[in-house]
Amino acid sequence: MDRNVIKHFNEMYENNAEIRDIYQQYQHWQSQLSTGTLERKSTEAELLFRRLGITFAVYGESSGSERLIPFDIVPRIFSGSEWRRLELGIKQRVRALNAFLHDIYHEQEIIKAGVISKEQVLGNAMYRPEMIGVDLPNQVYAQIAGIDLVRVSENDFYVLEDNLRTPSGVSYMLENRNTMMRLFPELFSSHAVEPVEHYPQMLLDTLRESAHVSNPTIVVMTPGSYNSAYFEHAFLASQMGVELVEGQDLFVHQQKVYMHTTEGPQQVHVIYRRVDDDFLDPLVFRPDSTLGVPGLLDAYCSGNVSLTNGVGTGVADDKSTYFYVPDMIKFYLGETPLLSNVPTWRLSEKDDLKYALANLPELVVKEVQGSGGYGMLVGPTSSKAEIEAYKQRILKDPANFIAQPTLALSTCPTFVESGVAPRHVDLRPFVLSGKDIRLVAGGLTRVALSEGSLVVNSSQGGGTKDTWVLED
Amino acid sequence: MLSRTADNLFWMARHIERAENIARVLDVAHRTSLLPLDVEGTEAYLWYAPLNITGCAAGYEEKHGLARASAVTHYMALDPDNPSSIYSCLKMARENARTARSAITSEMWEIINATWLELNRLSKQMDDEKFSNFFDWVKDRSHLFRGVTLGTIIKDIALSFIKLGTFLERADNTARLLDVKYHILLTEKENVGSSADYYQWGSLLKSVSAFEAYRKIYRDVISPLRVAELLILRDDMPRSLHACMNEVEAALIEINGSAGKEARRSAGELHAALHFGRIEDIFKDGLHEYLTHFLGQAYSLSQIIRDAYLARQDRFETLPISRAVQTQQQITS
Repeated sequence: MDRNVIKHFNEMYENNAEIRDIYQQYQHWQSQLSTGTLERKSTEAELLFRRLGITFAVYGESSGSERLIPFDIVPRIFSGSEWRRLELGIKQRVRALNAFLHDIYHEQEIIKAGVISKEQVLGNAMYRPEMIGVDLPNQVYAQIAGIDLVRVSENDFYVLEDNLRTPSGVSYMLENRNTMMRLFPELFSSHAVEPVEHYPQMLLDTLRESAHVSNPTIVVMTPGSYNSAYFEHAFLASQMGVELVEGQDLFVHQQKVYMHTTEGPQQVHVIYRRVDDDFLDPLVFRPDSTLGVPGLLDAYCSGNVSLTNGVGTGVADDKSTYFYVPDMIKFYLGETPLLSNVPTWRLSEKDDLKYALANLPELVVKEVQGSGGYGMLVGPTSSKAEIEAYKQRILKDPANFIAQPTLALSTCPTFVESGVAPRHVDLRPFVLSGKDIRLVAGGLTRVALSEGSLVVNSSQGGGTKDTWVLED
Repeated sequence: MLSRTADNLFWMARHIERAENIARVLDVAHRTSLLPLDVEGTEAYLWYAPLNITGCAAGYEEKHGLARASAVTHYMALDPDNPSSIYSCLKMARENARTARSAITSEMWEIINATWLELNRLSKQMDDEKFSNFFDWVKDRSHLFRGVTLGTIIKDIALSFIKLGTFLERADNTARLLDVKYHILLTEKENVGSSADYYQWGSLLKSVSAFEAYRKIYRDVISPLRVAELLILRDDMPRSLHACMNEVEAALIEINGSAGKEARRSAGELHAALHFGRIEDIFKDGLHEYLTHFLGQAYSLSQIIRDAYLARQDRFETLPISRAVQTQQQITS
């Protein structure tokens, strides 16, 4: 791909001139605002977020520092029909991913059929042999999935990555909407925006369905109040009316899990855990973990407690498995993938490696296990020295990297210091799988606030926007 | 309810109440310092009282030496190194609230969080003249928190643990305030019944918002006996020991549970003593001795409560540990 011909699709202005239909009404409203209104509202939004304490901790910064994720007051708008199309593709993808997870811990049909190699699955560091033969309710492993999408043109969306471990950000989706309604009530009377407020209820239903018993006690498990997503953990627990526990609040007795309560031990049936596999159970995984519960995995494998998401989902969402998701859709569902993957070079392959090394300035290179935008190379915006240093890293362990073309991510108008200007965005819808697959319309839009930047992660200075799906 | 959550709710309430009480203590110290009091080294003498009440005299002396008005005020109000400063209390209250975030209402959290943010702003621009307003602000925030709590939280044991923390802390504070003030005031034997005495007792009453109540109930000169009666035995006086123990006992009954038997018994005993106590008897045995005894009992009650409801480790012992260990060994083998 020649980067000189990359044209960024602007979601508000078609060909950077005409306003797309879906934004007409909003743009009209915005043009009527008196000068300074947006700035005033933006400040007001920041105060609201700070007062609500919607903060996150940044790893590696001075201890206990709390930062706000910048909130942008210009909404991102989809039409109902645009969304329906995406929704179908997202559901299809998640269904296939769950089928894949069930398969690789049971019959391993996909390996037998030669669609995906044995090494790719069983040799993956995130594959958990402990899970072989363990039956989960609804055969669902990833009850909560975050599918990251980017848009490159009017009709073309790509899946950037699947998040099947502990995807976060849904509280921002909810608080963003809340804040927009508080700041601009008039916009909601002039636009029929599909609601997202019922997400916690849908999550609770999904958690209930993931239980082995009919009237389960459900908890949210957090690594603690210093975790970067603690606000979200507490938020979801209180929205669902369930306890927010830490590992120290739980213990296992005769393969059952209990929490310490003021009335004595109480059995727990479903744990919506926001703790990574590695830290769940010091008897099986990292022995130095103080965040987990000794014996938890045994209780889980015995069917006495449900963990959401399940253990061992990481094998399906790492960036080398990503390559095979379209094949999974064909294999398990017999369907044509509705959403495309980004073309991907796996640097474990000789030819791919050769191509990538020759074209690094045009490519985006990521670690197979990386997340949060850490440790990636964005070729077009990197210096020669940075590219050279990264090249050395690749050569040390090529299999640990994948390369993709630098996508022409779409832009949305965003309120920044210089006024309203286009900035790159992505979208993370949150997909809930229980007896059915459910999702609220939209998701979390992340926006790269610096001009030209393609990295939207909040840990890298990205912000968020309210995402609207308008009823047709 | 999770033991850890109950623990955080209990301490959140205690820390907020404590911040309010420190503001009250400092406020009355400021008022008192404006009154005539002819004692050697008056300033140091007066300003040890607030340090003693809150038990931070040693920490203060190490840092500042002799008690001086502005140093004591700053140390008790804003010094982050002093674990019982208003600053530290509000900071810890916020940490407790943050940890128990899912058990409190968003309105409660917003009040605590906004208080903390405002405190950080205020503390940067504080000077001696502004302290009086600052104390009022701390009291207002505490009132606001209580109002918001009662107006938004459902009446379950979360509220009971909050009440438990609030009223145990308040009882503790009223007892300390009375004890320390009583000592200072009684050294002024020649002043008994004088106008100076009137103002001294008056400022003590004001510090616990009881001045108007005293006037209403006794309609007479202020006497030590009646002040003590009002602040110890009257159950219609919101900051008296009796009123506080009413609430503590009620909260423990609401919380219930077999683990709390000893806590309920102990609270009941303390409450009964206040309910049937006579001020003449208390004075006969010595007010100081009485208050010391009360503080000891209140402390042991809060230890019992901790063991029964709030601690995690202790509850583990009630489980058949040997079997739990076996299960673990099976997993690892």
